[in-house]
Amino acid sequence: MAYSDKVLDHYSNPRNVGSLDKNSSEVGTGLVGAPECGDVMKLQIKVNPQTNVIEDAKFKTFGCGSAIASSSLATEWVKGKTVDEALQIKNTEIVKELSLPPVKIHCSVLAEDAIRAAIHDWKKKQDVAKPATVAAQ
Amino acid sequence: MSTDVKTIPQAEHIAPEGVKLPVYMDNHATTPMDPRVLEEMLPYFMEKFGNAASRNHSFGWAGEEGVEIARERVAKLVGATTKEIIFTSGATESDNLAIKGVAEMYREKGNHIITAVTEHKAVLDTCKRLEKYGYRVTYLPVQKDGLVDLEELKRAMDDKTILVTIMWANNEIGVLQPVAEIGKLCRERGIIFHTDATQAVGKVPVDVNKNNIDVMSISAHKMYGPKGVGALYVRRKNPRVQISAIIDGGGHERGMRSGTLNVPGIVGLGKACAIASEEMAKEACHLAGLRNRLRDKIMGGLDEVYINGSMEHRLPGNLNISFAYVEGESLLMGINDIAVSSGSACTSATLEPSYVLKALGTGDDLAHSSIRFGIGRFNTEAEVDYVADRVVETVTRLRELSPLYEMAKEGVDLKSVKWAAE
Repeated sequence: MAYSDKVLDHYSNPRNVGSLDKNSSEVGTGLVGAPECGDVMKLQIKVNPQTNVIEDAKFKTFGCGSAIASSSLATEWVKGKTVDEALQIKNTEIVKELSLPPVKIHCSVLAEDAIRAAIHDWKKKQDVAKPATVAAQ
Repeated sequence: MSTDVKTIPQAEHIAPEGVKLPVYMDNHATTPMDPRVLEEMLPYFMEKFGNAASRNHSFGWAGEEGVEIARERVAKLVGATTKEIIFTSGATESDNLAIKGVAEMYREKGNHIITAVTEHKAVLDTCKRLEKYGYRVTYLPVQKDGLVDLEELKRAMDDKTILVTIMWANNEIGVLQPVAEIGKLCRERGIIFHTDATQAVGKVPVDVNKNNIDVMSISAHKMYGPKGVGALYVRRKNPRVQISAIIDGGGHERGMRSGTLNVPGIVGLGKACAIASEEMAKEACHLAGLRNRLRDKIMGGLDEVYINGSMEHRLPGNLNISFAYVEGESLLMGINDIAVSSGSACTSATLEPSYVLKALGTGDDLAHSSIRFGIGRFNTEAEVDYVADRVVETVTRLRELSPLYEMAKEGVDLKSVKWAAE
């Protein structure tokens, strides 16, 4: 299958590969997909608690070239956005940016899911953390 | 703790001395033609263009002579007689002709067919079609090493069984079935035994008498011959096997396969068989040596790689390996100057991982991670070394990117994780 230059670029030089401390209260982790399906994405965000801005993002992906490119692009896009802005990212925008063929659309869906899962995980931590903070005061 | 992975960007690769890129190592898909085959074929396009069925002039006789020499060469390679060789357009047609032809001819005797789940689609889909016409088909499972269990085969046979069709060598994992034993079981019960020997003929010794074969499919382009031509062996005595034609017409090939003969193609198939008769034994040692070198280099450079299928009962040039935690298509992208195949869903038209690997009990995750290397006549030691180095380097790079590899290294049991699958 012929890949777009952008997919090839993300595949050859993936951005933001790595891991953040999943136990930190500022970090949200999204792990989506399944090995049996041939795609697993782990996307992590580090959020500034004052501004809700995503200051860092990292990913690791088991999957085809399009899956790697979609998650690499997702980390680029969420960085610098607030959590609410990041939730607006749509898989169709990823499809467009990477010129993914129809059979690879599920890779972009997975990347969107990964962003949402990471934010969901971070929000859960904030809900737990808040009452604790109040109690400490 | 945060970790930053500095992945090595994929570099442009420079071919080492003696290696021409891209490297072709997909010889189960097809083989390049041997130049000696092409040379033999060339006169049959222009000077000797006659229709082999033209009995009344020299143009026809020249064509017929070419065909009959080829028939002798094919017959010799597999231990058959010339009257038992029917030329076809390739192994898919041969499989169709064998299975449908036997099914129709022996319909009065019974309606049960036995095959195996790891067969080529040309066999499986033909059997499926016959099911629609009232035939009963048993699809035998295979053991972990890819071999059919003979006891299971025996249990599947009944008094309505007319045909057993089991391949000689598998196209994905190169596993060789115990055809002689299968043939013996069939012979004892008066059941016809067809084998799809597409990957085996010219690679391993094939003798239709020693191996108790009744009907056998042969292809030219898997053995350094041209595409679009093949043959079907149909036993003439002990026992005599009859098949109905599936293509009607001028009654060529003793009525079993009508259609003007593809003379240049048939001549090419004949020459490919003649070369194999001469060189197969030596070539097999060479290929097995290269294959084992590739395996040892890959397994020496990486952990958690798994060979799919029996190493003992295997084509000399075949290696099928799963690289845990790395998806096959992304691996192919990384070694894009090497032509191989993957069992990953992403590389198949159906988006399903390899049914052959699944039949071995290989999990879907490892099926997605598999690569088939098919080493052939024209591969060199330098190419094998280059391929091994590139595979080790690319798998290492992709594992740094793989959340599964990270989790496994942290001691997480991936089987116990509840995946948020679609």
